[in-house]
Amino acid sequence: MNEHKLIVSTSPHIRDPINTRRIMCHVIVALSPVTIYALVIHGLSALWVLAASIAGAALGDFVMQKGRRIPVTLDDCSAILTGLLLALTLPPRLPWWVAGIAGLAATILGKQMFGGLGHNIFNPALVGRAVAFVSWPAYFATGYAKSAAIGIANTATHKAIEGTVDIVNGASPLAAMKYIYDGAAKAPQGLFASNYYKPLLLANPWGCLGEVSALLLILGGIYLLATRVIGWRITVTYVGTVAVLTAITGRDPLFYTLAGGLLIGAIFMATDYTTSPLARRGKVVYGVGLGVVTWLLRFWSNNPEGVMFAILFMNALVPLIDRYIMPRRYGSAGEAKEVHSS
Amino acid sequence: MGRTSGLLYRIRGGVHPSDSKEPSAGKEIRRIEAPATVTIPMRQHIGAPCVPRVGKGDEVLVGTVIGDSEAFVSAPIHSSVSGKVARVAPQPHPAGGEVLAVIIENDGSYRRDPNLEPPGPWEDMEPERIREAVRAAGIVGLGGAAFPTHVKLSPPGEYPIDTVILNGAECEPFLTSDYRLLLEEPDSVLEGIRIIMRAVGARRGIVAIEDNKPAAIKAMESSARGSGIEVASLRTRYPQGAEKVLIANLLRREVPSGGLPMHVGVVVNNVGTAHAIAQYFSQGMPLVERVVTVTGSVVREPSNLLVPLGTSFAHAVEACGGFTEPPGKVIMGGPMMGLAQHTMEVPVIKGTSGILALSREETGYSVPAEPVCIRCGRCVDVCPMGLIPTYLGSYAHNEKWDLLHRLHIEDCIECGCCTYTCPTKNPLVQLIKTGKAELARRKQQADRREAERREAVGESGEAGKDE
Ligand code: SF4
Ligand code: SF4
Repeated sequence: MNEHKLIVSTSPHIRDPINTRRIMCHVIVALSPVTIYALVIHGLSALWVLAASIAGAALGDFVMQKGRRIPVTLDDCSAILTGLLLALTLPPRLPWWVAGIAGLAATILGKQMFGGLGHNIFNPALVGRAVAFVSWPAYFATGYAKSAAIGIANTATHKAIEGTVDIVNGASPLAAMKYIYDGAAKAPQGLFASNYYKPLLLANPWGCLGEVSALLLILGGIYLLATRVIGWRITVTYVGTVAVLTAITGRDPLFYTLAGGLLIGAIFMATDYTTSPLARRGKVVYGVGLGVVTWLLRFWSNNPEGVMFAILFMNALVPLIDRYIMPRRYGSAGEAKEVHSS
Repeated sequence: MGRTSGLLYRIRGGVHPSDSKEPSAGKEIRRIEAPATVTIPMRQHIGAPCVPRVGKGDEVLVGTVIGDSEAFVSAPIHSSVSGKVARVAPQPHPAGGEVLAVIIENDGSYRRDPNLEPPGPWEDMEPERIREAVRAAGIVGLGGAAFPTHVKLSPPGEYPIDTVILNGAECEPFLTSDYRLLLEEPDSVLEGIRIIMRAVGARRGIVAIEDNKPAAIKAMESSARGSGIEVASLRTRYPQGAEKVLIANLLRREVPSGGLPMHVGVVVNNVGTAHAIAQYFSQGMPLVERVVTVTGSVVREPSNLLVPLGTSFAHAVEACGGFTEPPGKVIMGGPMMGLAQHTMEVPVIKGTSGILALSREETGYSVPAEPVCIRCGRCVDVCPMGLIPTYLGSYAHNEKWDLLHRLHIEDCIECGCCTYTCPTKNPLVQLIKTGKAELARRKQQADRREAERREAVGESGEAGKDE
């Protein structure tokens, strides 16, 4: 027997096969239907945005890791995922170089500056988007498509909606509704939030790449739940809070759930491990907080959308949440009683 | 309370590795012969080690006391064979390092020590006499922890015990020795729990079994019918068999931090321990052999063996047809908490519930040089104690001792769920163990300094008060 060759290490001696790369790949798989569909709907310009954003994110990671003389970890797929997520939050008509810069910003500013994977405070993809959004706001106002430009989404419903919102040229559904509710524009006749349900679920050309189909995002979310990559808490409490507050405000909760970045944010961004709380209870608090901030931003700021800044804002609170909202410790109830009776 | 409770109890946290019990679960317990020499270490339990009571050249018989101790937390050690003491010398021990051991040349006749006698019927025996008998039999916790059983059966008066739980969860993957005992010897297990209940004055007795062992549950239920002993079926999930988890799930009671089961009126024993107690009361033979599951992908015929204590791992594996290929790792116990061995020449001891041999591939995961945490929260979700393993691991790594204490590192039961589940393969429980040891060392040091200071000041307590 080759005794001297026995491996001696401490327990446990078996490991769950899960690893970082698998997790990242699961998320990429979950995002692939909506990505492919976005390419189909938006065509070549979307492909450039996607390619530039992923290339930028990967390059950012590579350069920083080389510069810091630490192992390059492109093989864990995390930079690729960051680039993909970023692309899905960008307008399809964005110039490719803006997408590329956003990608670089995502991994350099959003991740490596903080010390790399696991150390960043803010969601890297959203940091990249925020940089582009603040630097070139015009592209985010007009970078959206109209259905006339894209064959597949050009249905009668789409034409009808675009006919009515022509006054607010190129408006995303959220923007259109904001104009209407704020009274900034005369309510287009016959346009209701409910007219949007179907396009939002199935083919929505008036938004960022990832907003093309709420249905595909939800399917992706179900896949992540089933593979246990994410839990339900953040997503459900986030969307639930937005829906409830929206209903209380007297607006259409389903529309406000499906429109804009809420679903992609709640399913894929807010659930980012590094930038969300560790414990389950903390996740609930975080989700509710996200909902409240999103609602505030959407209805009480000048911007129709609020998901990006809500997530970035709540990201900043995560250390605080982690500090004060811990899991219930076994045996802590007994201690409390003892203290009480003594 | 003749009925059995068919409830499925939930566990908080925990993990669900493949149970891998299939290779040995169907194998009846088979007694094997001891090798030509047995090596019986003088430390086979938690507490004070034994002092050898025999020397080179002494004749011993099966059941002869060969080591004992004056300490309360200790248990005597008996010879598992008849023959002659060859030597008393330090030998490799399965818990690491070298430990003084009595090495006996087995004469192969297994003559029984004539002084051995059953202690008499337990039904109307004083609890104190039962405890003495349990101690005399050298019985310790056979689940692996090896805590002297008579100590567990001696709760101080201020902690009345109402419930005895027999732990048959056997939540470690691969191991099947408790399962086989429940299946083959349910009556003896039942007898054992009743003896324990009498010793501690408990009215309620529960045999707890995970629901991946339906045959054992059935056997135990039919044996327990009409006895008042309950059989509880537990949801299969590691570490369902950890004392604190078991108590919480069965009784909805939580052992306070730093406390023992007796603080909530409970005594937990392993089914093997109960069986050993019952055996002693019926046969008068102390603990000289135990059931050991020999299993793993590289063992030719995974089996459940009744092994004389002191038998080498190599001999036990030989009795199972040997290895099909050189093993990568040999573990005493299960894969979650067991101890990796560096030689096959270590002996089977009282705490050896299994010998697990894994192939090189199975153990070939890489551990990162520098722990990385992607903050996925998995370790937090699986920790049955409600701790935050990732913080504990990183604070231990960075030597932030006071933070470790603030996060209750001492509550960690070292189940290993956090390490098992971590996607970045952080050696969390390893780091936590180091942190715990260091904290304990510092506390000891501080206590000693404090004592010295008091001595110097010449008073006994007031000096330290105003700090
Ligand atoms: S911290 Fe301790 S008790 Fe919690 S999972 Fe890890 S080893 Fe188990
Ligand atoms: S399981 Fe590993 S990666 Fe996940 S939070 Fe715990 S230590 Fe970090």
